[in-house]
Amino acid sequence: MQDDNVETAPIKSRRWNVSLVWIVPVVAILVGASLVVRNWMQEGPTITITFRTGDGLTAHKTQVKYRNVLIGEVTAVELAKDKKSVSAKVQLSKEAETFARSDSTFWVVKPRIGAGGVTGLDTLLSGSFIGADAGQSSEVKDTFKGLESPPPVTYGESGKRFTLYAKDLGSLDIGSPIYYRKIPVGQVISYALDKDGKGVNIEIFVDAPNDGFVTADTRFWNASGIDVDVGANGLKVNTESLSSMLIGGLAFGEPETSTGDAVATEGARFDLFADSQAALAPPNGKSQTIVMRFDQAMRGLSVGAPVEFMGVDFGRVTSVQLDFDPVKRSFPVMVEAVIYPERMGPAHAKMISAMDHAPEDQRAVGELIAIFVKHGLRAQARSGNLLTGQLYVSLDFYPNVKEVPFDPGKYPIMMPTTPGSLEKVQEQFQALVDKFSKLPVDKIANNLDASLNALHKSINQFNDKTLPNIDNTLTKMTATVQIANQALSEDSPQREQLKESLDEIQRVSRSLRDLSDYLGRHPESLIRGRPKSKEATSLEP
Amino acid sequence: MKTPPLAKDLKLCLCHGCGKTCDVSKPTHHCDRCGAPLHARKTDAIARCWAFLIAALVFYVPANLLPVMHTVMAGSGVDSTIAGGVLEFWESGAWDIALIIFIASIGVPAIKFLALGLLLITAQRKSNWARRQRSQLYRFVELIGYWSMLDVLVVALVASLVQMQELGTIEPRAGILFFGMVVVMTMLAAMSYDPRLIWEGEPETDKEDV
Repeated sequence: MQDDNVETAPIKSRRWNVSLVWIVPVVAILVGASLVVRNWMQEGPTITITFRTGDGLTAHKTQVKYRNVLIGEVTAVELAKDKKSVSAKVQLSKEAETFARSDSTFWVVKPRIGAGGVTGLDTLLSGSFIGADAGQSSEVKDTFKGLESPPPVTYGESGKRFTLYAKDLGSLDIGSPIYYRKIPVGQVISYALDKDGKGVNIEIFVDAPNDGFVTADTRFWNASGIDVDVGANGLKVNTESLSSMLIGGLAFGEPETSTGDAVATEGARFDLFADSQAALAPPNGKSQTIVMRFDQAMRGLSVGAPVEFMGVDFGRVTSVQLDFDPVKRSFPVMVEAVIYPERMGPAHAKMISAMDHAPEDQRAVGELIAIFVKHGLRAQARSGNLLTGQLYVSLDFYPNVKEVPFDPGKYPIMMPTTPGSLEKVQEQFQALVDKFSKLPVDKIANNLDASLNALHKSINQFNDKTLPNIDNTLTKMTATVQIANQALSEDSPQREQLKESLDEIQRVSRSLRDLSDYLGRHPESLIRGRPKSKEATSLEP
Repeated sequence: MKTPPLAKDLKLCLCHGCGKTCDVSKPTHHCDRCGAPLHARKTDAIARCWAFLIAALVFYVPANLLPVMHTVMAGSGVDSTIAGGVLEFWESGAWDIALIIFIASIGVPAIKFLALGLLLITAQRKSNWARRQRSQLYRFVELIGYWSMLDVLVVALVASLVQMQELGTIEPRAGILFFGMVVVMTMLAAMSYDPRLIWEGEPETDKEDV
């Protein structure tokens, strides 16, 4: 502007009227604008997460992390309107937009010490942060309910989820390990009561690639605690691992008979067995309910007691109830049991084919059992343990039992019973005692007394009269024997005489022999007499 | 009282380089002694001052909004802005420190903007209002210009000293860069302003007359 005043001075022409210095604010504005744009671009959605407590949450300090990478920050921590929870406002970054999905999960990471291990130790110093797991859903959501504990399995992990159905949870917990051949391959991720409240659904996760070992025929069983088995082979202690003893665990496997079934699909349902033995047993198949009426006290028969058929465990007692028989005015015990005919194994298959039996037809089942009942099939309560008096129900054939009426069309099947073995012995013993008590013991005793008296008299008589005679006889006998003895003694004259006589006889016999010999050689001497030439001595041999 | 003629009227101009009084009526616009280009006033003073001032204002926004410092203490990192720091000190009871930071980091640049804006507007309008005070104000603005870098220095020092690995580290953040830019821009604006413009326009006789 000074140039205008100096007319004479040569004016330095400038192409633009605008000073170049204006580039500076333009650049500044551009930089500022770029910052704003970048910030705006980076700003992700704002979400609200509700937690039960605000423990460890601080506005502008608590971070939200996914796999330990920062994806957002808590901007405000407020008490919910109903004062029952705490809501944390979280500003997510742009890349973390996918975390605002309906199935995303958030939880507070803080140090946790459990039987399964210690986690989140780093947060001891740095303070808690919010862990996040992105959902798969496409539904956008901005309000979440924070989890109280971290989910054991994040979405990204490869593997499969399965649902196990159990009667109760046992000692399992979230994070309980799952073993396959004693190698941990997964864990329990959640559990919930069944809709009707009669069981527990346990959701488990088996990591890849081991999830391929779960097939349609796989059985799951509870591997918690110690399994002590006292058998004929001695004491056997079985456990999966020390940690499963403490925090519970599951194991799975396939029965030996399994034939490489197809790999189970995601979310497949399995039953959870109490132990490996039950799990790996042959399949139960279709069950039959039978009712047995026992006319005796069933002390020792509890629900769950085994039902055996010819020694094969194939069912369980489900209820033991007292009944009243209005006709007999007695209180029979009605025992209900569930049996699994397929547990008989090959026998069952053989039986079905031999009898041309359709297991689906209830009527046919009844008729089949009717045949068996006719052949003597009876239920019997037997003592399984003499010490505790535990009973079990045994189905067996008793060929010489009385025939009973059987209605094959009735359901549940009414199985005729026969008294138990121990009870039979008791009965026989009772009968024996009864017979004994019927004996006329008094009369017998009286008779016996009279007889004894008579006997006493006879003995007295014997003493008085017979014994002195016997004594005399014996004295005489002794004298006789003495005489005989004397006669037979070495120096007795009788014996001397006997000896002499015998010598004489000997000499006689010798002479006779000499004579017979001489006569044998000289028979002529009988007529002529002895020749003179020869001395008699020369004839001696 | 007669005022001496103005240099403009005599077509004279002082050389910036050697201080020689030159005749601007000559065709050459250079000092005949040292050869420096001659300017009666600082070139484009008002436009340049405005430009730098606006740039400083623009930078002032991110300087205050963006964090200037990132403190990692035992694993947890916290970004702190200047205003946030002031509030933190204020809330923790250290109102004196809060006041110092507030004045040095927020107050001083704001005062500079106001002062320079006022000087520029009055100069453009060739106003003769409180000329002496305005030139005093200009000298004040120039003076405090040196001290505005306090924050930048603090952050630079702390960031270089506190590097204790896992226990704690302090890193500078983008905000401090913009803060430095604000200071530089305001200083440039103050430099490019020509205080002689205050005295331009209507004769200053009014002041003498009063």
